Amino acid sequence: MKKALKNPGVQAFVASVICIILGLLIGYIVLLFINPEGAAESIINVIKNFFTWSRANKKLQQFGNTLSKTMPLLMCSLSILFAYKVGLFNIGAAGQYVAGSCACLYAALAWGWGWLPCMIFAIVAGAVLGAVVGMLKSYCNVNEVISGIMLNWISLYLTNTLLTKVKEVASPYTMYIKDVNPSALLPNAGLDKLFNGNKYITIAVPLALFIAIAVSIILNRTKLGYELKATGSNKNAAKYAGMAEKRNIVLTLVIAGGLAGLGAAMLYLTGYMRWECTQSSVPGMGFNGIAAAFLGGLNPIGAIFASFFIQHITDGGQYVNTNFYSSQISDLISSVIIYLCGFVLFIKLTMTGMINRSEEKKLQKIKAASSEGGDR
Amino acid sequence: MLLLIQYTLIFSSVLTLVALGGCISEHSGVINLGLEGIMVMGALGGALMMRYLGTSSALVMVLLVVLAAIVFGMLYSCLLGVASINFKADQTLVGTAMNLLATAAATVFVKAINTAANPDDHSSEIEYVRARKMFITNINGFEFNWFMLIAVLAVIFVAVMLYKTKFGLRLMACGEHPQAADSVGINVYKMRWSGVLLSGAFGGLGGICYILAGVSIWKFENGVAGFGFLALAVMIFGQWQPIRIALAALLFGLFRALSNTYVGFPTLASLNLPGNVYNMMPYIVSLIVLAFTSKTSRAPKAEGIPYDKGSR
Repeated sequence: MKKALKNPGVQAFVASVICIILGLLIGYIVLLFINPEGAAESIINVIKNFFTWSRANKKLQQFGNTLSKTMPLLMCSLSILFAYKVGLFNIGAAGQYVAGSCACLYAALAWGWGWLPCMIFAIVAGAVLGAVVGMLKSYCNVNEVISGIMLNWISLYLTNTLLTKVKEVASPYTMYIKDVNPSALLPNAGLDKLFNGNKYITIAVPLALFIAIAVSIILNRTKLGYELKATGSNKNAAKYAGMAEKRNIVLTLVIAGGLAGLGAAMLYLTGYMRWECTQSSVPGMGFNGIAAAFLGGLNPIGAIFASFFIQHITDGGQYVNTNFYSSQISDLISSVIIYLCGFVLFIKLTMTGMINRSEEKKLQKIKAASSEGGDR
Repeated sequence: MLLLIQYTLIFSSVLTLVALGGCISEHSGVINLGLEGIMVMGALGGALMMRYLGTSSALVMVLLVVLAAIVFGMLYSCLLGVASINFKADQTLVGTAMNLLATAAATVFVKAINTAANPDDHSSEIEYVRARKMFITNINGFEFNWFMLIAVLAVIFVAVMLYKTKFGLRLMACGEHPQAADSVGINVYKMRWSGVLLSGAFGGLGGICYILAGVSIWKFENGVAGFGFLALAVMIFGQWQPIRIALAALLFGLFRALSNTYVGFPTLASLNLPGNVYNMMPYIVSLIVLAFTSKTSRAPKAEGIPYDKGSR
């Protein structure tokens, strides 16, 4: 038991579980505070999400919805964790995601491109935005957080302006892809049959999982990953060892931007959502990606489960008793979880400290016993 | 034209107040990315006060609303203080979480009180038409807002505090070289806490000022639409110095005001640019300026690094 707790992987898992439990507990307390009657039922519904449906078919279908929205979130969290491993906080993932949405929707609706070029265009758009942040960082010394935030807003307003050209006349939403250009919808490849014909389940699901594994391999098993991580831990040492540290920073943000842009394509090209051209705030997907990345212990495989969990409770928000509560309670819970993730380092240190202390005590006892024996 | 000046001044006041908050916090060594969230909380505090205060004289109203915003902002900034000073958490992460949390919490809370008052009301809005009038004096069509005066006073106050008092100089020492400050007997943790709390107060003040700027009803689901981040850009543009921050805020405020009033100018309206272009302007300008000025940045040297007594 104690040996297992010393393993960093296990520690990360335990710390994440502690964050989740505390987050849910705080959510429950808030509900109690608003209205004690029905609080327990509502928080359980948030946790159950699609399990609240009694019919198996419906359950499967709702599970599919959650799953299809998990994939863009996973891509955003991979974007953030990839950059974080290189010592960069890619808060610009939100903007790169917006740029990706703009690119794929515009290509699909205005130019009538097929799904693959649309997807690639989204990746390129995100990567270009990432490159801007990277260049500003490495050549002009601009903090990536600040330039990322600026670009988030620039890309939001730019996207609103551009996508207004392909919006419906009567509503602020973009046109349906399935009406205008069905060839831009991602293919289902038979996967929809597994989820009771949920047409939003597309090749995006296996693709995203594959990319998560690929990111894990690149970071841990390749020369590129090693160089990037070395640049992150000490830029000057990396330069001294002959690595192109400026190029590495730009490259990292290009990859991170591409991941976030791809995430947007995975959502909007399924037709699940349409862009609202009067949006006044940057979509939360990129920010929730931060939650998923940290909750997953900054591990690509952990991010898969963490993304699913975050999306699961976000969707669960719609099952609260709306007579008293609002669905934003799940936003509240996930933001509390992100906040608590800040304490993960502390939790881990405490765990290691506790184990070390108890081991030391045991060692001293043994020593004391043996030295007593030796004296007599 | 008068309208443009009025909007410029009020938006600059918001930006000045919030950027000063960020400036104090960063001088103490803590990056406050949560300013956006602090603004939301300050706005919430002030709005609640306006909703529940009932009838009272203008002076009492203004004082109490300002006080409520400051208190809410300070209380909320404690989240940043605890995490980043006492538990050495990643300040960027905590700040981001605070921004998300503030909007979510304010929405949940306002919706709950609206629904409690009227079961059919599921909106996240607070209305304050009557209270808003008390903050505004009309001078020949120019709406003078008391916050414009408060912002000017705040600039003077912060400039004097940072450069002319023992407290301010010690605070800045903690952001430049905390180990050196500690070695001469300054309590770094205490100084950083005061920096964070002061930034909470200014952030909260900026928040209430923002929602009182142009409208008499606020929808808390929208947060404060990126003004906290814009204030951070103002702070960097102003090179962490109060007077320069005020000037930078004027410039940014002008662009922001243009996006609200450009239709009133025949020359600008004839360009037929979408309103979004003016919305984008402050961000684009600040990016370009940052690109040119960041090489010689005057940022506090130890900002963002948690202070650990054990490490030298």
